Amino acid sequence: MNKLGIIISGIVKNNPTFVLLLGMCPTLGTTTSAVNGAGMGAATMAVLIMSNIVISLVKSIIPSKVRIPAYIVIIAAFVTIVELCMKAWLPDLYATLGVFIPLIVVNCIILGRAEGFAAKNGVVDSALDGVGIGLGFTLSLTLVGAVREVLGSGSVFGWRFIEGDGMLIFVLAPGAFLVLGYIMVMFNKLVAKTK
Amino acid sequence: MELILIIISTIFVNNVVFAQFLGICPFLGVSSRVSTSMGMSAAVIFVITISSMVAYMLQYYVLVPLGIEYMQTIVFILVIAALVQMVEIVLKKVSPVLYQALGIFLPLITTNCAVLGVAILLIQKQYSLLESVVFAFGTAVSFALALVIFAGIRERLEIEDVPRAFRGTPIALVTAGILAMAFMGFSGLV
Repeated sequence: MNKLGIIISGIVKNNPTFVLLLGMCPTLGTTTSAVNGAGMGAATMAVLIMSNIVISLVKSIIPSKVRIPAYIVIIAAFVTIVELCMKAWLPDLYATLGVFIPLIVVNCIILGRAEGFAAKNGVVDSALDGVGIGLGFTLSLTLVGAVREVLGSGSVFGWRFIEGDGMLIFVLAPGAFLVLGYIMVMFNKLVAKTK
Repeated sequence: MELILIIISTIFVNNVVFAQFLGICPFLGVSSRVSTSMGMSAAVIFVITISSMVAYMLQYYVLVPLGIEYMQTIVFILVIAALVQMVEIVLKKVSPVLYQALGIFLPLITTNCAVLGVAILLIQKQYSLLESVVFAFGTAVSFALALVIFAGIRERLEIEDVPRAFRGTPIALVTAGILAMAFMGFSGLV
């Protein structure tokens, strides 16, 4: 597989949100605005790239029986690093995303890519896979966040284009489920058309 | 009184699935049959309640005295993973009947973010041990409630003629959205 292909497949063919249906909790919980979605995606991408690199480096020295706990420790270490960095440099975003930052540990995308890709491929390919899947996740989260922000508060990336309140329901919990559901429908339609 | 308030607010007002978005993966994954969703619910209630106690003790008797609170994420996830294994082994020996009922769901629970989420939240909210256990139990029951209601609806959805693009997860998400709206009716209760 060529290098660019790995990245593209992470964004389209293996899109973690719309195709693989992984990492639903942060997708629904943090996308109240486009910026929050992008921030969550970026944090996840950072962990994913670093854990993919390290796991593909150490895969041959970890006995296969204890590989899952070993992977979890590696992932948890990187999550802690990202958490501490965000606390120090982006305290506002850290406060908004709250409990979902430590919960990156149990995001199935990361363990899934560790087991499914990094454990079988070289360092460079694993890093690229992390970039691709991470970008796919970030773009999906930003899209869901942007749609909810436009409908819910009449602005996008904090830039307001409608005066007054939007449809508040889309910023609240039910809106998360509805927007993700309808975006998935459109994604399915598009995929069906291109086939 | 405080404890009753915690129970009501976790089960209805701040429902773990519909308001806090934790445990969505099993919520979407194991909700196609009411019977399996019941089994999963029982396993979740069991594990979350035990793990909350363990997390509380770890935080206040190990991490804080040693001054290494920043290790919280790593320690909690390892302990929860080990705990789930242990529960599985103990159940197999002590109560084979219960093991038969919950067995297949236990390994799935390690990746249920509600378990780690509750452990982190009860430390953030600075609950006492009793409050922590009640909070964890309430959260687990709210997950069970959401899961069983949702499974009941999905069983009926299966025989409906859903448009092709909506089939599977999209219609499930839209349904969950409407359910979440219904649960919003409880806000302001506490």
